[in-house]
Amino acid sequence: MDSQLLRDLKSLLGSEAVLHRPEELMLYEYDGSVEVARPNCVVFPRTTADVLAIVKLANQYQTPLVGRGAGTGLSGGALARKGGILAVFSRMNRILEIDIENQRATVQPGVVNADLSAAVANAGLHFAPDPSSQKACTIGGNVSENSGGPHTLAYGVTTNHVLSLEAVLPTGELIRIGSSALDSPGYDLLGLFVGSEGTLALITEITVKLTRLPEAVKTLLAIFDTLDDTTETVVDITARGITPAACEMLDGWTLRVIEDYIHAGFPMDSGAVLLLEVEGMLEAVTAQSAVIDEICRAHKAREVRVARDDKERDLLWKGRKNSFGALGRIASGIYVLDGVIPRSKLPQTLRRIQEIGTQFGFNIGNVFHAGDGNLHPIVLYDIRDNEQFQRAMKASAEIIRYCVEVGGSLTGEHGIGMEKSELMPLLFSDADFDFMRRVHDAFNPKCSLNPGKVFPLGKGCGETRLKPHHVQTPKSEPASAPAPPAPVNAT
Amino acid sequence: MSAVTDSAVARLESVLGSHAIFVAKAANRELYAIDGVSPTAFAKPASAEQAAEIIRFAAKEKLSVIPVGARTKLFCAPTPARYDVALDLTALDDVAHYDPADLTVSVGAGMPLAKLNTMLREQNQFRPLLVPYYSHATIGGTIAAGLDSPLRNAYGTPRDFLLGAEFIDGNGAQIKTGGRVVKNVTGYDLHKLLIGSCGTLAVITRLNFRTFPTPSTTQGFLAAFPDYKSALSARHKIIHSPLAPLTLDVLNAQAARLFDGHTNGTAAIPELDGNHWYLFAEFSGNEDLLARYKRELAEIAEQCQAGDMHIIDDSAALAAMAARLRESIPHFREHFAAAIVVKLALPPAQHTQAATVLQSLGDAAKLPLAIIARASGPILVATSMQSEHSASEQAPVSPADLPIASLFAREILTLARSFGGRAQLISAPTQIKARYRAIFSESLASERTLAKRIKSAFDPNNLFPTLDGPAVPSIPAKSETSPRAPQEPEPASKKGSPPSPPTPPPSTQS
Repeated sequence: MDSQLLRDLKSLLGSEAVLHRPEELMLYEYDGSVEVARPNCVVFPRTTADVLAIVKLANQYQTPLVGRGAGTGLSGGALARKGGILAVFSRMNRILEIDIENQRATVQPGVVNADLSAAVANAGLHFAPDPSSQKACTIGGNVSENSGGPHTLAYGVTTNHVLSLEAVLPTGELIRIGSSALDSPGYDLLGLFVGSEGTLALITEITVKLTRLPEAVKTLLAIFDTLDDTTETVVDITARGITPAACEMLDGWTLRVIEDYIHAGFPMDSGAVLLLEVEGMLEAVTAQSAVIDEICRAHKAREVRVARDDKERDLLWKGRKNSFGALGRIASGIYVLDGVIPRSKLPQTLRRIQEIGTQFGFNIGNVFHAGDGNLHPIVLYDIRDNEQFQRAMKASAEIIRYCVEVGGSLTGEHGIGMEKSELMPLLFSDADFDFMRRVHDAFNPKCSLNPGKVFPLGKGCGETRLKPHHVQTPKSEPASAPAPPAPVNAT
Repeated sequence: MSAVTDSAVARLESVLGSHAIFVAKAANRELYAIDGVSPTAFAKPASAEQAAEIIRFAAKEKLSVIPVGARTKLFCAPTPARYDVALDLTALDDVAHYDPADLTVSVGAGMPLAKLNTMLREQNQFRPLLVPYYSHATIGGTIAAGLDSPLRNAYGTPRDFLLGAEFIDGNGAQIKTGGRVVKNVTGYDLHKLLIGSCGTLAVITRLNFRTFPTPSTTQGFLAAFPDYKSALSARHKIIHSPLAPLTLDVLNAQAARLFDGHTNGTAAIPELDGNHWYLFAEFSGNEDLLARYKRELAEIAEQCQAGDMHIIDDSAALAAMAARLRESIPHFREHFAAAIVVKLALPPAQHTQAATVLQSLGDAAKLPLAIIARASGPILVATSMQSEHSASEQAPVSPADLPIASLFAREILTLARSFGGRAQLISAPTQIKARYRAIFSESLASERTLAKRIKSAFDPNNLFPTLDGPAVPSIPAKSETSPRAPQEPEPASKKGSPPSPPTPPPSTQS
């Protein structure tokens, strides 16, 4: 890394806000995915002015620049694939305004998701998107990735909750899009920027909608002997037009691993369970949970438990939200997939995943958002065994291919990042990529911001335009090296 | 741009086959007129491939193209300076995919809204887009126009349930975005840019949506209030209560006239007098829920000095009221001479202050004002720009009324700005459209720059109308711009074009 650039960054931000020693940088070469890429330096802006100045320096030194929140992402979106500067927003963590009357809040990007909900809970409100990493992940990261979570089934994903953004374009322009009112006239730029995976702008301020906490909540645990009965139940619930707030499925094998760790009261001998939550007006909750109970039993549920109090409810969710952490106890490597399928195709897809597991010699766990068809097959492998890692990647690609075959998609909430970019041609044509690149280039013309993401290699922009700047080449190219265990907070 | 010549028509016919989908007969062309400007020709492609072929042809021949659907909302498009080809998409009305068990559907842009909902109803599903011109409008035009539906209170707007799309860009390439599944973050959400784009970005050929189960028994609540403060205060209490009605609107007396009259059936819509503000809500559920809604809505209304209250439990009467509320924009256009309809986007808690300003504005300028304040959306304001209610909507605005028209626009904009909101023109007489667009654009300068970059990415040849309204800029000599080249916000070639409001013309693809 250019030592003059380091000096400039330090004089801009203070030396405590710039990391560059290899042992410091190691902490930032990972996110929650299996990808690895080391930045040349890490900086911590505190203000929008800092961000503007960082962008200016990055342009001046023609160095790639990547934004990062808490690093809980699951697709390598916040990794510096081409080296350069990694701007970590954890110090821009102030809630700037809470407007109870209009049910909205304005925050800096580094505010932790759960902290915002906690800050407005007294007013009977919450920020609805609830990734499983919500205790650590930042709202800026949620916006960049358009994050989901268990309760997005009823409430919608991040994009449905963002009203306006302040952001810095890689060209150095400060922009503001949307307003605190809904329905800003003009093109829906918010819709484009939310979920653009940090490839169009660095977000510096966000106004979000807050959602009223429900009057009543009922949490049910439906226990089944077979996977098929469980998936058929989900198909039936969906087809009958019932929208629970959450409808999560956990298979029996994964459940036993979780139960060993969390002691949430999950059965040790089931084929699979559904963790269902119904929210809203008391009368609606009562009626809906009765219908759900009936449907579960019609599909041979062995038992349908209702959480008796908040403590029981929290324990069930603790089990669900820490499931990947539990799996981390039994395997050194975890690869979490994120395919989406039409809900009507759940039974056949789960069977296919089992076949693929058998074919490639893996136990593939399934803990996922069944209600919206968002699968999270989990492939466990030994990180020391490169052959096993490669095999895990092959099995995973096979699963994603099947998702696309039945009318689904590559990712429901984790993003493409650098992890799934090579699978993009399964869904998009060269004409589509040309078009996406034009939109990308309209804001990030030199590909200086988060290069090497979303687009497959060779189809994206700027791959040959950036000066090779870093002293040490970042280690990662897709699937080239085994990765350490994924962190416990995954959606 | 060059005009469409007979030889161009002949060449296109030879490209597309003998069924002569490209017609230049004068009588038919007028069907596609926007503010009196007719296209030189129109084409009605039978497939997305043909539509793409036409766009490639137009790009080569430097013809300007405006995509249209059922032509119900052409009035809200900017007045075209050039209008060579109307691209009629009504033949693209197929259902490519409908998976009732997944609650997803994929249809051609020309699919009529009403026809689609009829199909969904067979599966006890619907799409909560009950928008103006419902009985004729196409799905593509509805999305392009970006008009909202009273049901947004419960279901949101199209950006919340549009899952993906296929469209043709300005190079004639067929592009796909999003998908058919209900949750998806694969690639950029380009389809969201099509919502409200009014045919200025691309030709929408296919749209994928999630569908929703038809709500069970639905009933309505209508209460009269002495003034806007009490009506909006009741609405505020409902928003902050556990109640979750399907629709929640506050209307002034002038707007509530859209409910005047009876249904064809036996049940009557409640009679309204001309002195009140009204709150209208629809809600659904089982018996227990309905009972609770009725009880608590009445309690809240009473706390806020409501006078007459009505429960509308007759389904025919309720359907009639919902339909009239849905058709409020056509109603205003029909009942106000030289109607101006404006959408005022403000945070809901600011609706009360806005009503204060609007009311005094109406009184001071002696303008009739119809106001609908939607709980989860904008305020719709309609007024008449003709002092005498005599002529039709097409009647010219007299020069004497022009200062009032401008004043009204300025006041609305000031109002929007003072509460951090936005104003958007839906409909206005041709003579004052451009002026309104220019005035409203003042609040959007920074987004305009970004919008132009989007426009250049979608439509590098400037085939489609611009957001800028009347003047379609001429194609810069470099029509083969490198797609990789950074798109500059302000092409120098636009010098001399009139002030360019970014407010998108609410619809050309209608």
